[in-house]
Amino acid sequence: MRPVRLSVVTAAATVAALTAVTGCTEKSEAKGDDAGVQVTAKDDSCEVSKKEFPAGHIQLDIENKGSKVTEVYILFPDDRIVSELENIGPGMKRRLTAEVKAGSYEIACKPGMKGDGIRQKVTATGDGKIAKRSPEMDAAVAAYRKYVQEQADETLPKAKVFADAVKDGHLEAAKEAYADSRIGWERTEPVAESFGDIDPKVDLREDGLEKGQKWTGWHRLEKALWQDKKAGEEEGHFADILIKDLTVWQKKVGTAEISPTSMANGAKELLDEVATGKVTGEEERYSHTDLVDFKANVEGAQKSFELLKPVASKNDPKLVAELDKQFAALNTLLDKYRKDTSSYEFTSYDKVGKAERKELSDAVNALAEPLSKLAAAVVK
Amino acid sequence: MSEQTIDSGSDSGSDGGSSSISSSDNGTAPSRRSLLGWGGAGLALGAAAAGGAAVAVTRGEETVPAAASGAAVPFHGAHQAGIATAVQDRLHFASFDVKTTDRAELVQLLKDWTRAAERMTAGHAVGEGAFGGLAEAPPDDTGEALGLKPSRLTLTIGFGPSLFAKGRFGLEGRRPAALVDLPKFPGDNLDPARSGGDLCVQACADDPQVAVHAIRNLARIGFGKVAVRWSQLGFGKTSSTTPDAQTPRNMMGFKDGTRNVSGTDTAALDKHVWVAGKDGPAWLSGGSYLVARRIRMNIETWDRTSLKEQEDIFGRDKGEGAAVGKAKERDEPFLPAMLPTAHVRLAHPDTNGGAKMLRRGYSFTDGTDGLGRLDAGLFFLAYQRDIGKGFVPVQRSLAASDVLNEYIQHVGSALFAVPPGVRDKDDWWGRALLS
Repeated sequence: MRPVRLSVVTAAATVAALTAVTGCTEKSEAKGDDAGVQVTAKDDSCEVSKKEFPAGHIQLDIENKGSKVTEVYILFPDDRIVSELENIGPGMKRRLTAEVKAGSYEIACKPGMKGDGIRQKVTATGDGKIAKRSPEMDAAVAAYRKYVQEQADETLPKAKVFADAVKDGHLEAAKEAYADSRIGWERTEPVAESFGDIDPKVDLREDGLEKGQKWTGWHRLEKALWQDKKAGEEEGHFADILIKDLTVWQKKVGTAEISPTSMANGAKELLDEVATGKVTGEEERYSHTDLVDFKANVEGAQKSFELLKPVASKNDPKLVAELDKQFAALNTLLDKYRKDTSSYEFTSYDKVGKAERKELSDAVNALAEPLSKLAAAVVK
Repeated sequence: MSEQTIDSGSDSGSDGGSSSISSSDNGTAPSRRSLLGWGGAGLALGAAAAGGAAVAVTRGEETVPAAASGAAVPFHGAHQAGIATAVQDRLHFASFDVKTTDRAELVQLLKDWTRAAERMTAGHAVGEGAFGGLAEAPPDDTGEALGLKPSRLTLTIGFGPSLFAKGRFGLEGRRPAALVDLPKFPGDNLDPARSGGDLCVQACADDPQVAVHAIRNLARIGFGKVAVRWSQLGFGKTSSTTPDAQTPRNMMGFKDGTRNVSGTDTAALDKHVWVAGKDGPAWLSGGSYLVARRIRMNIETWDRTSLKEQEDIFGRDKGEGAAVGKAKERDEPFLPAMLPTAHVRLAHPDTNGGAKMLRRGYSFTDGTDGLGRLDAGLFFLAYQRDIGKGFVPVQRSLAASDVLNEYIQHVGSALFAVPPGVRDKDDWWGRALLS
């Protein structure tokens, strides 16, 4: 679970927003064009200037007239996030842009940045003029969508093995199945996180809990198994909840909004996850299976990269060569901690010394820095 | 810390800095001659003058303190800027491990670093800047120095002994004989994670944000080729290379670096700091050697030490900084009047066969250790022509007898060969070594 939620979808929308801000300053300064929707956020209301607008690029001009810091979301009807803007202080004006197809959406203001927010139903109409993508890019997106679905499909049975062991009170068997059950999730986490409600249910760590929030998911069980050494009735109950939430993910994941830039940014985000959570050993603080997650994150990032390669190679062959090299270097380094290259049995992270962690961290930086340039190479 | 450990370079930017900065010359400052006579480099303590306050930039009619001017120090020159350059107020020093095994890649990195250093020392952003570029890409420059003046930023590179190791880049034959592995001194408690390194970059500036920005951006350019091994922030220069102003004080409250080599004294620089052609490999001619030591001070116990004992330990009084029996800071010390174990006495060039270094160390405070003690001390930086005549004998003598050792401990150590300056836009850091 990442400390800040920036989903693939959000990342894509952010890119769109930046493009709009930097590219269309003149136009938008002239006067609110047709695509513009005024959003006035107050502590107890969320007014929108129009509830119907043409699909395509839309632009929300947000003004926070309330007393609390707020955030504004554009949501699909099932609460998936199209785009969001956080930390809008009182009195501030900010702009949020997104690319939307025709359909129903909700705009939500969240005064205090908490709760479900105050919502307005809006509709995007017409055929929508969404930028044409090259067939290569469409192929990359389609293949990645397929990959994401496969990962979810393969995860569920593994998660069931884990959940059943917990429910049967088989402590050791449950421990054995734990890390393996997370691999598919870790490979595709940025997409999973685009469904804002699932990630906090299945992958939250205890210190990420908000007041009043109930702690569920893998790490809840990780603590029970390794620290409390318990696989009893209560744990069985949490195992059921985990399967229920993962089933929702498996059903929804195929509908995620995916674009070439979101794939590229998602790859970078996976490396960011490694850099902030896995290298430090925070992610799996009880089981110390961090290197399994680490490997899965790298694999997921590499998948995106491989799929985008045909496009990126044309625009920036040097970058692609560098990424090939750095992925190989990091994988070679990870293999040092692996029983054999077909297994996901990695050295327990508490046995990985300070100097070795530094070496892993250096290799992550060496890959993540050029990877942060992949999105630009894709859209150039 | 010893005086020697502390002092820093002299003030004027010899190579780079001098052209935009001239030392003010007022009647109260001691003559350079008297300073030199004192023994120059070896001693930090009573240092002559102060760096920043005295250094001035002349702009039309008025003279403003150099630090306030925000001026740029020229990057190109026969020697690297940041050695004889008047000591700036802040430091970010970083030591790097070279990760690549490909010599061509190392060369490319040094070229990229040189171009970035040229821009940053002139007050410009790296590459295409921090904004206005492609929206989908992270900007070339990280942006935190936007709108800030050049702040006399200098960037100085050094090459550690490990870079010359056999089987790495084919440099084993080019390792200077003087780039020794420092001996272990009694009392050293060195942390390998804060010692050594293949490359170092010393960033000095009057604005800490400018210094940090420089190291951060070089590290970023280097990811994949190099990795930061350790780094140190410093403030409050503890010695100066400008013998004409107030001597700065170290964290123990004593004036430090009174007799440092002056950055404008070309004769002394040639004698004690710059490596000459006959000294060693031709690629290092016009360069120097840098010793970096992280010296932790036992601040709390020092503060509980009586004034008399503190003054006896240093061999100077706390208020004026005068040597035992003398009235003024810059009065010639009479060494026999001091305890045989007094810091100034042991560090003095007369005790060390005339050994001198150009010191440009900084105080550091890295918050508090887990025991509630201030993690503070001196980050000693000293440039010298010959380690065997400079740092090694002086530190040997200090490590053996200095009473100050009860209150300090050397916890980090590194040594680098510092190549000569980058001559022009076509030149790059390390060209003479690697091409």
